[in-house]
Amino acid sequence: MRATSPISNSIVPRESIAANALTLVIGIMTFLLCLTFGAVSLVSDTASSWKNDIAREVTIQIRPADGFDMENALKTAQQIASGMKGIKSVSIINEAATARLLEPWLGAGLSLDELPIPRLLSVKLKQGERVDFDELRRQLISAVPGASLDDHQAWSDRLNTMAGATVFIGLSIMALVMSATILTVIFATRGAMSSNQHIVEVLHFVGARDNYVAEQFQRHFLALGLKGGAIGGVMAIFTFIIIGIWTGQNIATPEGDQVTALFGTFSVGLIGYAGTAVIVVLISFLTAMTSRRTVLRHISTLDNK
Amino acid sequence: MIKFENVGLRYGMGSEILRDLTFHIAPGSFQFLTGPSGAGKSSLLRLLFLSLSPTRGLINVFGKDAASLKRADLQDIRQDIGIVFQDFRLLDHLTTFENVALPLRVQGREEASYKRDVIDLLDWVGLSDRLHVLPPVLSGGEKQRAAIARALINQPKLLLADEPTGNLDPTLARRLLRLFAELNRSGTSVVIATHDLGLMDQFQARRLVINEGLLQIYD
Ligand SMILES: Nc1ncnc2c1ncn2[C@@H]1O[C@H](COP(=O)(O)OP(=O)(O)O)[C@@H](O)[C@H]1O
Ligand SMILES: [Mg+2]
Repeated sequence: MRATSPISNSIVPRESIAANALTLVIGIMTFLLCLTFGAVSLVSDTASSWKNDIAREVTIQIRPADGFDMENALKTAQQIASGMKGIKSVSIINEAATARLLEPWLGAGLSLDELPIPRLLSVKLKQGERVDFDELRRQLISAVPGASLDDHQAWSDRLNTMAGATVFIGLSIMALVMSATILTVIFATRGAMSSNQHIVEVLHFVGARDNYVAEQFQRHFLALGLKGGAIGGVMAIFTFIIIGIWTGQNIATPEGDQVTALFGTFSVGLIGYAGTAVIVVLISFLTAMTSRRTVLRHISTLDNK
Repeated sequence: MIKFENVGLRYGMGSEILRDLTFHIAPGSFQFLTGPSGAGKSSLLRLLFLSLSPTRGLINVFGKDAASLKRADLQDIRQDIGIVFQDFRLLDHLTTFENVALPLRVQGREEASYKRDVIDLLDWVGLSDRLHVLPPVLSGGEKQRAAIARALINQPKLLLADEPTGNLDPTLARRLLRLFAELNRSGTSVVIATHDLGLMDQFQARRLVINEGLLQIYD
């Protein structure tokens, strides 16, 4: 008598149209969710970098008055500001530069000495350190009459709000796409399960424990989820890389510069890749759990007890 | 072995299709369950298989009250009751061998431990040359015998068969009946539901007849 084939068929059929369709659906939804995640994390990174850039520089303005020693006042202000914690450098914008700034309005060849033109100091801040602007302002005003500090508070507040709104919109879109993914995966899994109901019944009636039956399907659907998820995730990563290369090449062109100015270079970074991996795992897990629940629910209807 | 006491069954809000059933399936017994189509034969088999609960009355299985059994106990008892469904319910993606081995496989047993038994059983039902064939390729009679082998692989104390000769020609039906008789001689209780009077005439056995919801027993 012939020996039985060494590789036995799995209790849940490996290949079926329903399973292939489910894999495809999972792949597409994973792809979309990963893209959304990548885009949202990019936009929120960019939004926070706007804030950083604007906050890294402040200006001190000194208005002249009669009998006022401007050079001396500039030096004093420079000393005070340089002494503050968190400040990298303070540079006086010299007369020539100030004149250049004003040229479009006042014409060339004017002498600043003759006009009560305010002078500016550019203050560069160290990254990541807090500067006590109130203290700086207090010291400046008491030492140099006519000095004022512009820390771009209003502008940076507005930008803050805008960045916050951008991130919020991004997260909302993310939440919507995520909900759509979860629902789609659940219903697609249930759909794929319905073609397996007779298997659940037979296993039950030949005496299999509920948990055994559930595990067979759970394992199979976990594999389907991982396969579909991996396809979608890899496609998403490819897309990130291709867009990254494209924006990198276009950096010198005006269009490229615009994109770069707005979004930085399009690099999704570690968070994007890690997020993709997490999404793939979560979706596979969701698929497996849905199949398990569907099996157990179906079994519970079999014995009319 | 299985005792029914004043068992009644109705589906939903309909009228009772089985009324006041009181009988006993003894160890090692052989009985036909008969009655016109729609009388409730399949329903009674489902009651015996515990996949249906009676709307009233008591069912006692292997000394336990069926109503008090938990789901896990139920699956244990199913190892002692083999059932042959009217529509066979073989899994089309598994070979004959795998279908028949299924009740052992779901207990987590290794194939090596039961391979011999499955092959011997398939030999006994005359399917030794169909081991690696998928059910869609089998004839009606072959499917029937595969389904019977699956019901027997656990060496159950009780075998339930629903219209096992339904689609078979008389010669095959007679061969099948001999198979059941042989099985019964080795100690297994057998309940065969059938409306085929010709079949019953070929074998002297107890008859449980359902008519208009009531059961008459001819020993
Ligand atoms: N699941 C069910 N739900 C409702 N009615 C059912 C169900 N199964 C069977 N019946 C009804 O119960 C009666 C007996 O059916 P059944 O047990 O299949 O009879 P038999 O096997 O003797 O032909 C029939 O009238 C049938 O319509
Ligand atoms: Mg029937």
